[in-house]
Amino acid sequence: MSKRIDVKDLNVYYGNFLAVEDVSINIEAKSVTAFIGPSGCGKSTFLRTLNRMHEVLPGARVEGEVLLDGDNLYGPGVDPVTVRSQIGMVFQRPNPFPTMSIRDNVLAGVKLNNQKMSKGEADALVERSLQGANLWNEVKDRLEKPGSGLSGGQQQRLCIARAIAVEPQVILMDEPCSALDPISTLAVEDLINELKDQYTVVIVTHNMQQAARVSDKTAFFNIAGTGKPGKLIEFAETSTIFNNPSQKATEDYVSGRFG
Amino acid sequence: MTTTSLTSSRGAGRAGDKVFSGATLAAGCLILAVLFGVALFLVIQAIPALTAPAADIQGGKGFFAYIWPIVVGTLIAAVIALVIATPIAIGVALFISHYAPRRLASGLGYVVDLLAAIPSVIYGAWGAAFLAKEIAPAYDWLAANMGWLPIFHGPASATGKTILTAGIVLSVMVLPIITSLSREIFLQTPKLHEEAALALGATRWEMIKMAVLPFARPGIISAVMLGLGRALGETMAVALVLSSGALTASLIQSGNQTIAAEIALNFPEASGLKVSTLIAAGLVLFVITLAVNMVARWIISRHKEFSGAN
Repeated sequence: MSKRIDVKDLNVYYGNFLAVEDVSINIEAKSVTAFIGPSGCGKSTFLRTLNRMHEVLPGARVEGEVLLDGDNLYGPGVDPVTVRSQIGMVFQRPNPFPTMSIRDNVLAGVKLNNQKMSKGEADALVERSLQGANLWNEVKDRLEKPGSGLSGGQQQRLCIARAIAVEPQVILMDEPCSALDPISTLAVEDLINELKDQYTVVIVTHNMQQAARVSDKTAFFNIAGTGKPGKLIEFAETSTIFNNPSQKATEDYVSGRFG
Repeated sequence: MTTTSLTSSRGAGRAGDKVFSGATLAAGCLILAVLFGVALFLVIQAIPALTAPAADIQGGKGFFAYIWPIVVGTLIAAVIALVIATPIAIGVALFISHYAPRRLASGLGYVVDLLAAIPSVIYGAWGAAFLAKEIAPAYDWLAANMGWLPIFHGPASATGKTILTAGIVLSVMVLPIITSLSREIFLQTPKLHEEAALALGATRWEMIKMAVLPFARPGIISAVMLGLGRALGETMAVALVLSSGALTASLIQSGNQTIAAEIALNFPEASGLKVSTLIAAGLVLFVITLAVNMVARWIISRHKEFSGAN
């Protein structure tokens, strides 16, 4: 249940402003791919185009193709709602629904598909998803309590549980640990390592150590200057990017000389 | 070398602090004093009516017999207004906040706010002179086809000046209040939660059901309660539109009366015990409004844990 993503010549615009230029990248199924780069280089914007979440912003549009196992996400007649149910997303700040209990948060996405689900099936899914997110033992006695009562790290894992409950093909993570403390970060990183057995994971991070720890391949994005579009500079095995990059800009960035 | 002592203080800054905190305290106390003063006035002035022998009260059967039909009439008019206005207001607010293109949304929001700026006497005149006449045939139809329902029992009023017409006029009056408050709340829904819903594969309507409406629920209740307060207390429009009379179940016959209109219509010529009776009616209206607000607060607080405020 995981698919690969192939991006061909993708340009992303906000209105007339070209935000990300000419990205082509092949993301393997059942792997963790990290996007790194300085702030404003378009890596989050690009990540959002992988499940059409950029369309939430007024004026955002793309040119090019994003293929999910060969099917173009931007093909005619493709519904962004369907795309997003196949490609889940975890955000920078944990965002469980405050008005829902922990249990309802996990089931939120599943209920959208109007599946008639017996209580037993729902309970099993809640347990499976929370276990998948390494959260079950911490919350199993308070499933009916609000999700907003959990710690930040627990909330983020609840969001991951909510994302995997709908059994997506791909999980996108937009700086999932930047609002978390080191212990919670470790818990989420461990989880990412386990998730790649079943899912294709793409993660944007500002933390280069994190990229080095969790990812199989790393893509480095950079921007030539303010007002210029972000570009994909280099995409390779994570060990290559960090130890033996082919581009000067990548080497400068990973060795901390700028950014 | 000079040292600044911890005990010396900048005189001016501290004084400003004290003045400001004193001013806010005074403002807070003033509100309580006004509320208490009004309540005290109502109770003292109402006592003669509440203690007078039954035969002396208008109608000759005591204060309770006098007040309960107009309490019921007030509630009927207010409920009609809310039943009509709430769904429309929420729909309009959602359209403005989440569906309409930005330019249309700001224009529409402005027009809705304009509705609130129209004086109630104008609404009353419009209701009495235009709406009542135009809507009378509809009442005839209701009486003929749905007359088996007690609320549409015929014969319908030929003038159209009924409690239903009054309720419809009231609904137009409370619409802008509920709409603009709901719109503000809808716009405050955290983007984070909207995106969470969309990222799960929710359609726009599902996102609204999942993120916007639950978040806005306490706000919608407050907005409806404010609208209810206006509908309960509205005087002029009802006084002009309604051809009042005894309490009747049928909404399309003339009859019924609201407390506020009853007071307004009778107060100028009242004297003695009659004044006291009307003020007692005002006290009852005050108590109803207070009770409505307390119930609303209770409903909101019941779900505090899930409100997202924590």
